Amino acid sequence: MSDHEYTPKSKVGKWFNDRLPLLTLANHLTEYPTPKNLNYWWTFGGILTFCLITQIITGIVLGMHYVAHADLAFQSVEHIMRDVNYGWLIRYVHANGASMFFLAVYIHIFRSLYYGSYKSPREVIWIIGMLIYFLMMATAFMGYVLPWGQMSFWGATVITNLFSAIPLVGESITNWLWGGYSVDNPTLTRFFSLHYLFPFLILGLVVLHIWALHVPGNNNPIGIDIKKPSKDTVPFHPYIVIKDAFALLIFLLIFAFFVFFSPNILGHADNYIEANPLVTPAHIVPEWYLLPFYAILRSVPDKLLGVIAMFAAIFVLVILPWLDTSKVRSTVFRPIYKQFYWFLVADVLILGYVGAMPAEGIYLLIARVATAYYFAHFLIILPFLGFKEKTTPLPLSITEPILGGSPDIVMARNNSNFKEKL
Amino acid sequence: MRKLIKLSFFFILVSSLFFTKANAAGEQHDLLEVDWSFKSFFGKFDRASLQRGYQVYTEVCASCHSLKHLSYRNLAEKGGPEFTELEAKAIASNFEVIDGPNSDGEMFERPAKLSDKFVMPYANVQEAIAANGGAYPPDMSVLVKARKGGADYIYSVLMGYDEPPAGMELDDGVYYNKYMYGNKIKMSSPLDDDIVEYSDGTKATVDQMARDVTTFLQWTAEPHLETRHKLGFRVILYLSVLTILVYFSMKKIWSRIETEV
Repeated sequence: MSDHEYTPKSKVGKWFNDRLPLLTLANHLTEYPTPKNLNYWWTFGGILTFCLITQIITGIVLGMHYVAHADLAFQSVEHIMRDVNYGWLIRYVHANGASMFFLAVYIHIFRSLYYGSYKSPREVIWIIGMLIYFLMMATAFMGYVLPWGQMSFWGATVITNLFSAIPLVGESITNWLWGGYSVDNPTLTRFFSLHYLFPFLILGLVVLHIWALHVPGNNNPIGIDIKKPSKDTVPFHPYIVIKDAFALLIFLLIFAFFVFFSPNILGHADNYIEANPLVTPAHIVPEWYLLPFYAILRSVPDKLLGVIAMFAAIFVLVILPWLDTSKVRSTVFRPIYKQFYWFLVADVLILGYVGAMPAEGIYLLIARVATAYYFAHFLIILPFLGFKEKTTPLPLSITEPILGGSPDIVMARNNSNFKEKL
Repeated sequence: MRKLIKLSFFFILVSSLFFTKANAAGEQHDLLEVDWSFKSFFGKFDRASLQRGYQVYTEVCASCHSLKHLSYRNLAEKGGPEFTELEAKAIASNFEVIDGPNSDGEMFERPAKLSDKFVMPYANVQEAIAANGGAYPPDMSVLVKARKGGADYIYSVLMGYDEPPAGMELDDGVYYNKYMYGNKIKMSSPLDDDIVEYSDGTKATVDQMARDVTTFLQWTAEPHLETRHKLGFRVILYLSVLTILVYFSMKKIWSRIETEV
């Protein structure tokens, strides 16, 4: 990975390192040359790692007290909230932690979209990232089922029923997922088992994600290739570590605010009603972070096509590195893409909004337009824009635009604009 | 620092978008808003109100509504109505629970103890439905959290009984309520002036009882609310100080190279 040889100073260290080069790895991680112009949008990688570990630790503790049984699950959650020492804290951290995790992952993904971090040579990092995102959604969905409230039960019913849209084998697949003929105890126990498993798969993928990142190194806000190590880079420790720590603390302040002062605002009141297969809630809505996909699902009149559209919405992201034909990474130098980027952000927010609304009248119309635009962005606009768009001149290095010292008058003007943008 | 302001602005924007997503149902009346003592950052329960609320629950609600997730010991715990242990024991002993089997293999009845869960008014859901004209009186343990609008909603429903608007037909056993979802409720107005007699001399108006019992139900739904607020304040304070320290360390470290963080 890193170019220079590393030898531990102590004899014992050297002896150990020759047998298992953990110290070389630690040295690589601390010395890892990082572009020095990374802004705060780059701190979400560290924040996400923190979120994952928090979810795993709180989840393991909750698993000690939770009972995965249709008759006891709701009661055991109340037992955690009332009788377990600081159980309320652990559960609120876990429940709000899921929301914070998704908030961070959405920022992380949109950071990548803005600065072209998914482009060559970082396609594999991006694809692993999308796999993580997909597993996160599956994990979060199954986790939301575990308290066995009304939204748990009916959310599970709606989502698992989607598979019944598959021709011929749909019915069998759905029954197989349920472990019966409806969402019931077998569904709950397997969801619990998988909800416990998936985070560790995510953890493994995160290791691969970081490994794949450390091969080409970080992208940066101006998106140009840089020499490493050079005056354009700083060692990961202490520069990036302290900056990530600062950003994490700001994030934790927001996190703590939710946990201690509005712990239920991101959830749905109906989930404090015990699951009842005989009573359907007025509106069945998923958690906020799944709403855009839910809107896409419901905007298609045909069930099977709706399911296909929903999965396609994720799949277009996976193949994004080949849909975006522009060689320029950073949006800073792509004036037209920049506008479309913000249209996409608005489009996804609108999808999220209509996903929470009943699928009728004006909301359905908006959902359909927004869904069409979502796919148009990736399948039409991005491929064409790469050929048509006139990008602004790229600086030669990171240091150059910051120092602003270019003999070329056009370049200098561009640089001073650039500084303002930063 | 400028970037930081932008960043927090973004957070506020995103979160506000998702908070305003509520209010889907159109014909609903706006809930009555009460300035609850437990609402704010340092919010605490009004102890006397909790005790009165418990009285309203026992004398009015408990004949139909269970509180199955609570134990009698909770009544004496810190942050709740804080009855003395003796009082809580006396309360528990008013109820009979079935225990056993004893050494002869027989089930037996005994007075409830502090460690027992609240005794339910009906043996099971079916019995509760049968006794209440087909409507299940919901368990009240987490009722405040199970309704959009929380405490304000519960209070509003209790205060929302009214004559139905002209043209509205109501079946037998169905009542009009301004704030109830769909405006129809199968519970008749539970509160009337002076149906309970408060031992502390507070006048038992419908409004007073509605406030007290709502406060009590907020506690049953969130028994650790006071600890949560107290701990939350300390956590935020600690994080703020640490954030400031880390901010200046960061500035110091980055000053070694000529780049603005």
